[in-house]
Amino acid sequence: MFAFVMRRIIEAAIVLIVVALLAFLLFRFVGDPINQMVGQDVSIAEREALRRELGLDDPMLVQLGRFLWNALHFDFGISYRFRQPVTELVAGRFPATFELALMASVFALAVGIPLGVYTGIHRNSMLSRFFLGASLIGVSLPTFLIGILLIYLFAVKLQWLPSYGRGATVDVGFWKTGFLTLAGWKALILPSITLGLFQLTLIARLVRSEMLEVLRTDFIKFARARGLTDRSIYFGHALKNTLVPVITIIGLQIGSIIAFAVVTETVFQWPGMGLLFISAVQNADIPIMAAYLMLVALIFVTINLVVDILYVVVDPRIRVAGGAKA
Amino acid sequence: MTPFAADREPGLVVRALDSDIWHSFTRSPAVMIAAGLTLLLVIAAMFAPWVAPHDPTDLAKLDLLDARTPPLWLEGGDPRFVLGTDNQGRDMLSAILYGLQISIGVSVLAVLLAMTIGVTAGLLAGYFGGWVETAIMRIADVQLTFPAILTALLINGSARALLGNKAVDGAEFWVLVVSIGLSFWVQYARTVRGSTLVEKNKDYVQAARLIGISPLAIMFRHVLPNVLSPVLVIATINLALAIITEATLSFLGVGLPPTMPSLGTLIRIGNNYLFAGEWWIVAFPGLALASLVLAVNLLGDWLRDALNPKLQ
Repeated sequence: MFAFVMRRIIEAAIVLIVVALLAFLLFRFVGDPINQMVGQDVSIAEREALRRELGLDDPMLVQLGRFLWNALHFDFGISYRFRQPVTELVAGRFPATFELALMASVFALAVGIPLGVYTGIHRNSMLSRFFLGASLIGVSLPTFLIGILLIYLFAVKLQWLPSYGRGATVDVGFWKTGFLTLAGWKALILPSITLGLFQLTLIARLVRSEMLEVLRTDFIKFARARGLTDRSIYFGHALKNTLVPVITIIGLQIGSIIAFAVVTETVFQWPGMGLLFISAVQNADIPIMAAYLMLVALIFVTINLVVDILYVVVDPRIRVAGGAKA
Repeated sequence: MTPFAADREPGLVVRALDSDIWHSFTRSPAVMIAAGLTLLLVIAAMFAPWVAPHDPTDLAKLDLLDARTPPLWLEGGDPRFVLGTDNQGRDMLSAILYGLQISIGVSVLAVLLAMTIGVTAGLLAGYFGGWVETAIMRIADVQLTFPAILTALLINGSARALLGNKAVDGAEFWVLVVSIGLSFWVQYARTVRGSTLVEKNKDYVQAARLIGISPLAIMFRHVLPNVLSPVLVIATINLALAIITEATLSFLGVGLPPTMPSLGTLIRIGNNYLFAGEWWIVAFPGLALASLVLAVNLLGDWLRDALNPKLQ
């Protein structure tokens, strides 16, 4: 177990170092940092002075070392466009994205798992067929179209929910939360559905096919022979055995939730990290892009690591085969 | 192959009509509808300059007085503009046809690029092994950590910084092709590497090596044809994904500009007029996009099942 975890941690560290190298190359060689920082009327001598001051004429390895050292301390320099430290900008936007991603995942799980269980048990019912058809269409609708559709229905036509922003937020320390006001909750609904819908279909389809598989096995037949209730068979025995692949997929999908938060945040003008990243891409604001790249890599790698370890915890078979001897 | 055998072999058309794939195709109405729809959209896009009632690229012909005309069947509709017009007085139907052309063009080129890079990398990794394999597959692993759309956004942003935001004519088109292409190659590389590892040890490859054929020729002339069928399946499914990615990037404002609108750009423009109740500017391009992706997805699913004997 320990050796397994250590190996995974070393692999994760290698990925992070490679991504940091990429971020450094991006930062240092894509576009001249000095040109981005100063106006056209700044003389060459002044540029050279600034270059020396920022250490951009040091040997490459020294610069790389400094970049990595700073990154370890969450210092990613100054944004070209906002003229503020990147860390401050990203930290200010983080709560918005976190709350959105959290609610989207809760929505996807709370609806997806029951839907998957239901369609797995009643595979030929009307609702199951309707869901299978709808999910194919859902996969073909890009996230931003779903968002626009929801805005048109619930914000423009029915005028029940706001179409942009976070509503009213409350400061809890440095954290701006929308969870404490009614307007904040209302503003969360449409973006969370938009972001979670794809994950919902994925989870429901996965749970459904796993349920179909498990319900065919002998131990379920045996459970029926023992006269257990349907409820206990479906939820106590069958669902429990579908959870390993579901956990993997959910872990991997957190990455895609963060990626598509960029799209959802643009549709709903949600002031999170994704919106910041998009404006950085539009304006070629490299320090923000580099910081975002490393932050996202850190989140992904951590999640993959946690999923791998959870795997061992949830499924004793892996523990016996891989861990005991190692 | 002897000339006699060639004489007796039935023609290509006969063989195609008798193949498993054709049979599974004619058995599924949904797939035939999907294929028909794809064909219709592709042809309409290819012949957009002849099919479209107006030329949306000719800015001189636009009249702002025509702007935001509703579709024909609504009050205030104009028989010249069946699906209405956008904020600049562009005919929506024509704009959608031209937009389809651009969207399909970007996606097909991007998939071809991803396929070329991925297949080459997979062949090299599988055939040579050693450090070549380690290097290629490590890069693939790191890239796989990120969702394709983020990779595409990062490449897109870097390209912008390199070009210095100078408006090079048509540059946006190629930046999109490259950023989508570079974010999709990993899947091909992994698949091709796997099959190459198997093919490498077969007799025909050993024989070719013995008679002194160069490694490159063995890889591309002999191994490649034998590893190609899963590549085709991935390419079809990827095409749907590439269309969505292109539309998403354009919608986010880092794709094609309003002067050269793809479907995503049209939706981005229309999104601004949704609150005024002018839904058609966003609805029709959205419908075109969704039906194109749905049709290609259906074709991809069918091709995967038809080419995979294990599932039958």
